[in-house]
Amino acid sequence: MSQQDTDYKTFEYDSYTELEQQLLNDFQHEFPLSSQPFFDIARKLGVEPELVIETFENLKSSGAISRVGPVFKPNSIGSSILAALKVPHDQLKETAQMVNSYPEINHNYEREHQFNLWFVVTAENEQKLDFVLDDIEKKSECPLLRLPLLDAYHIDLGFNLK
Amino acid sequence: MKLVVDNSEPEIAIDSIDQNLIASIQNGLPICKRPYAKIADQLELSENEVIDRISKLLDRGFIKRFGVVVRHHELGYKENAMIVWDIPDDQVQIIANKMKSYSFVTLCYRRARQLPEWRYNLYCMIHGKSRDEVMNLLNEMLDSNNWHSFEYDILFSKQRFKQRAANYILNQGMLEK
Repeated sequence: MSQQDTDYKTFEYDSYTELEQQLLNDFQHEFPLSSQPFFDIARKLGVEPELVIETFENLKSSGAISRVGPVFKPNSIGSSILAALKVPHDQLKETAQMVNSYPEINHNYEREHQFNLWFVVTAENEQKLDFVLDDIEKKSECPLLRLPLLDAYHIDLGFNLK
Repeated sequence: MKLVVDNSEPEIAIDSIDQNLIASIQNGLPICKRPYAKIADQLELSENEVIDRISKLLDRGFIKRFGVVVRHHELGYKENAMIVWDIPDDQVQIIANKMKSYSFVTLCYRRARQLPEWRYNLYCMIHGKSRDEVMNLLNEMLDSNNWHSFEYDILFSKQRFKQRAANYILNQGMLEK
């Protein structure tokens, strides 16, 4: 994993082939739990299984797909928290890289606000979260917001690209 | 009559085999002919048991969905705004229910305030192909519900430093880092 994740390309959905669009959009929920899932997808779409595997690999390496796998219900297995730092602009990159160096960090964005660095920490339990956040607060020497989840009304249920 | 199963509160604990399985799949399946068999080999389980355990994690509500996870930015949705709202506690549920009914709202959460620095308690996310598109969608929501009296702030994302799956369970490779 690179320390910085800013060098990415963007392609309009319409510029993808029909097969790519189908793979991106149609299997966000009903991904087959079968011995040969890519074969089953190929049969459903009427294409060669090798082509499905190859196309998924390309979509993954180009970054269009983050993964094929589970989205967990928040705080059902581990514990997670949203946090934000108010970082002086000339220290932002350095601080973002320090935050990224923790394996417990999964999302880390600059946002337009006084609190300008926003990240999600996920760990096995709350004590571990506090430990990581205490450490980040100390190292950054910046004001920190700790914003634990109280209610998830709507979580990542996929994204209709059509 | 159809039985309605509420899986919103998973209660039965996961065992150590589930934990190992979660550690293996949290960053995604391998893209190969028999991905579940490959994971089964690593965990010394049968392919069937891997598939069966993933199905059960879904049924029990630990996994909310299982499938392709796309990255919005790479698909042309370059702008994402996190909109944070200060909503009276006794209204937050009603407002959130309305908010999440919009198809363009991808996430909607209530989080703790941190007073005095942070007064906001409700969050929603809107993705769009341009800033104008995001602002138009937001204004449409504000106008049609007459939500202009609420305090809110719009935080557009600028740079992405990291976006990947959460590590709920750290595996050996990560700990050696």
